[in-house]
Amino acid sequence: MKFRTIILLSLLLPLLAWAEARPLGDDPAVEARLKALSTELRCLVCQNQTLADSSAPLAEDLRREIREQIVKGMTDKEITDYLVARYGDFVRYRPPVRTGTILLWVGPLALLLAGLTGLWSSLRRRNAVLDEDIGEGEEA
Amino acid sequence: MKPMLKFLFPLAVLVVLLGFFAVGLKLDPREVPSPLVNKPAPKFHLPKLGNPSEFVTTDDMLGKVWLLNVWASWCSACREEHPLLVEMSRRGEVPLVGLDYKDTDPEGQAVLSEGGNPYSVVATDADGRVGIDYGVYGVPETYVIDKAGIIRYKQIGPITEEALREKIMPLVKGL
Repeated sequence: MKFRTIILLSLLLPLLAWAEARPLGDDPAVEARLKALSTELRCLVCQNQTLADSSAPLAEDLRREIREQIVKGMTDKEITDYLVARYGDFVRYRPPVRTGTILLWVGPLALLLAGLTGLWSSLRRRNAVLDEDIGEGEEA
Repeated sequence: MKPMLKFLFPLAVLVVLLGFFAVGLKLDPREVPSPLVNKPAPKFHLPKLGNPSEFVTTDDMLGKVWLLNVWASWCSACREEHPLLVEMSRRGEVPLVGLDYKDTDPEGQAVLSEGGNPYSVVATDADGRVGIDYGVYGVPETYVIDKAGIIRYKQIGPITEEALREKIMPLVKGL
């Protein structure tokens, strides 16, 4: 009987750890917004990671900062602007459309159009040549 | 398309691409231009290294051209830069204010007693909040701030002899 009590109590032990490991930010709504915002932002220390993924100390600090601003009731735009003012547009994975970034937005589409135009004109030329050949063949 | 043109066209594309690659090789992706250049330096009011009851503020430096050097005891590139800073301070051309970023007082002080203290004063930014205000992302970083408190230049990474000679000192002298 005593043995069984000990087993039962030891099974309860992990609960202590559960109580201890609660995250700093308790509010799930805040955490969800933090997660959504930080996946849109770049960690400047490890440039190919988002703020959400990065474990760099700066990323941790910035997440703390963003969490506090969310709790203060700032909007997503205000928080993003706060970071852009300090680190530049580079922190955003989706840079705004400006004269400096227009090539970034339009470039791929322009290349695609150029490729399609090239393909279309070369196909037309080849068809014309083929038609001629077939035409000649029929005559002969 | 004429056969000659057919041959020249891919060659031209290749030359253009190589041009882009050559330029790209020389760019450093870690150097992100700071939006704070030509904007007022963010104000701070921070405890002084070695004497936390005293404070260092940006207002103390108004009317002077000064350098703000962000460093830390845990940053190895800062150690590389340190002798150059010490030499610079010996010449006494421009006041150098240190910002001990995310560091502890004893460790920060140990660096200065070991390698010499080039700073006129060092502020401690233990939780890195002032660092965020300055857009610090890779220590060491150095800001040139003018008499009106405007950031005029940001050096990302250690100051090199070349950067000091060709960019920082001419700029400081011109301000």
